Amino acid sequence: MSVLVDAATRVVIQGMTGSEGTFHAQRMIEYGTGVRAGVTPGKGGARHLGLPVFDTVAEAVRGEGVDASVIFVPAAAAADAIMEAAEAGIGLIVCITEGIPTLDMVRVKAFLRETKSRLIGPNTPGVISPGRTKLGIMPGPIHKPGPIGVISRSGTLTYEAVDQLSRLGLGQSTALGIGGDPIVGLSFADLLEMFEKDGQTEAVVLIGEIGGSAEERAALLIRAGFRKPVVGYIAGLTAPPGRRMGHAGAIMSPGHGTAVRKIELLEAAGVRIVRNPAEIGRTVASVLSGRA
Amino acid sequence: MGGLDFTQVGKKDIVEAMRIHEYQAKRLLAGFGIPVPRGEVVSSPAEARAAAERLGGPVVLKAQIHAGGRGKAGGILKASDPAEAAAAAARLLGRPLITRQTGPEGRVVRRLLVEEALTVARELYAGVALSRDDERIVLLASPRGGVDIEVLATGEPDLVLKQLVSPAAGFRPFQAARAAFSLGLSGPAFASAAGLMTSLFRAFEATDASLMEINPLVLTDGGALFAADAKMEFDDNALPRHPDIRALLDPEEESPEELEAARAGLSFVRLDGDVGCMVNGAGLAMATMDLIALTGGRPANFLDIGGGVSEEAVAKAFAILSSDAAVRSALVNIFGGIVRCDLVAQGIVRAARERGVRIPVVTRMEGTNAELGREILAGSGLPFVSAADMEAAAREAVRLARRDRGAR
Repeated sequence: MSVLVDAATRVVIQGMTGSEGTFHAQRMIEYGTGVRAGVTPGKGGARHLGLPVFDTVAEAVRGEGVDASVIFVPAAAAADAIMEAAEAGIGLIVCITEGIPTLDMVRVKAFLRETKSRLIGPNTPGVISPGRTKLGIMPGPIHKPGPIGVISRSGTLTYEAVDQLSRLGLGQSTALGIGGDPIVGLSFADLLEMFEKDGQTEAVVLIGEIGGSAEERAALLIRAGFRKPVVGYIAGLTAPPGRRMGHAGAIMSPGHGTAVRKIELLEAAGVRIVRNPAEIGRTVASVLSGRA
Repeated sequence: MGGLDFTQVGKKDIVEAMRIHEYQAKRLLAGFGIPVPRGEVVSSPAEARAAAERLGGPVVLKAQIHAGGRGKAGGILKASDPAEAAAAAARLLGRPLITRQTGPEGRVVRRLLVEEALTVARELYAGVALSRDDERIVLLASPRGGVDIEVLATGEPDLVLKQLVSPAAGFRPFQAARAAFSLGLSGPAFASAAGLMTSLFRAFEATDASLMEINPLVLTDGGALFAADAKMEFDDNALPRHPDIRALLDPEEESPEELEAARAGLSFVRLDGDVGCMVNGAGLAMATMDLIALTGGRPANFLDIGGGVSEEAVAKAFAILSSDAAVRSALVNIFGGIVRCDLVAQGIVRAARERGVRIPVVTRMEGTNAELGREILAGSGLPFVSAADMEAAAREAVRLARRDRGAR
């Protein structure tokens, strides 16, 4: 098992005919992802990468029975693309696009509350269930199938953690980025609940960073009785207050959203906190062997 | 969500924020029908004198810099006539103003806002912000203006009314009325406060702001309301659809290196250490800084080259690092994903050949085309130190910075 996606997931790519969409669609197909169609308004009826292209997501759902979408649409149109996918009944929407205006996301979240769709991102590397399927832009070869769930607010730092795990023979059930923006879809807490129910997942790695309160909420949920070991790392202990660090999400506010506060709350909830980001893999190994 | 955690909408916890000057913010508010004091922007004592003559009566001169705490720092002066206004302008202009937000070097004052002095009966507060926890816009109002709203919200939360705005229904008249009642107003002042709240929300939404604060909102002896001070920040992600807002950016208020980096699509923040770092991805960049600190060093900067980086931008990033006199060693930590390690290696080699390498450079490459990137660096004939993983890279960079420090 894995969470959110598996080999049976039927994928449509919004913005597949663009350069980024084309490049990453090819990588996904090579990985074995069940990419069934692309959507580009005005290019309906064409074929791209050997797949049908539709004008609308609704037509792709009707024509190919797709149930998940990966979005590579430019930032100005990406909020609309998310809502179109949700309206068409897509169950899982993965929005890779970076730079969506925050007030657009306020509207998107309100829209999604009226649908059954789940959103990952935006500004995410996507989600991968190694050996089964990948909906995103992460390098496939560093991942291995196995028992560790990985959730993160970052892109390349997730790759780093996954690489450490794989080198120690610790594969991943599912690894994903929730997105680096202030307003995103699924939260750490949502995903922890899914990993708790997933039979393949034996432990979870949670990679947070300064700013916001996603880690604080995760700590509350874990404290309330999460039954699997969690190893955590929070980036940004050395980030100076009052300066943003590139991510919209990574901003310090006095006394709140700091790395120190997040670490304290997670530790109090029983999370094994790693202070050295090079020790994530080894810490998971020791936590698992201590349990066995 | 139940309660709003006020720290979530505080001044600093804001999405990618572009700031503007008070005089620009007031012009923007006036455009939405919010009353602001009559005033003029000046950049010389002679202009200040002329402005005071035109305004008539006592005036206030306010230093225009992107930092709070101007009043306490002596950046706001009163003048009872045009001659005093000229003298006050001469004291403020062309000199650095040091406030609690500027750092010890302060900010040079280049412009002043000269305004009619208000006869203040009461100081109130009105604001609109984004609450990321609630994923909604929130309207804020308090009868206790003129003080730091974060302090007030923590100490006396009952004095701050917070109303979340429904994305579907928008800002409702009852919410404007509630806000105006909470300010303790009645009669004509009540009606104008309700109108002002609605206008403030409209201005926020129309410009994709992340923060708009009127503090203080002044009730004059004559019963009129004026935005006596205004602070605004805008969502960087939305600037492409607001060229008029982007045009308000004052390059004098930004660090030259950070502007140069931003133009190349890099995100760069100067810190006070001596180990420079260049990383792809904000999370990995912060982790790299943390690792430098953990291994006994001090990071000199945050530098995220981002995802869609070009060879030119990498060369620029490397040049920014190596031209900083405080940097004694550099750490390049790349985990290739979208970014290809070979492209980064080529950019570094190019910059090093063009400008020379003043400092030891430790490189660590993993992920997409890492092997190729390492070969390019090793085959360049330049003295790069290759490290197997990020911890080894950090230790080596810290050791080299320390050795260099010892040698001087």
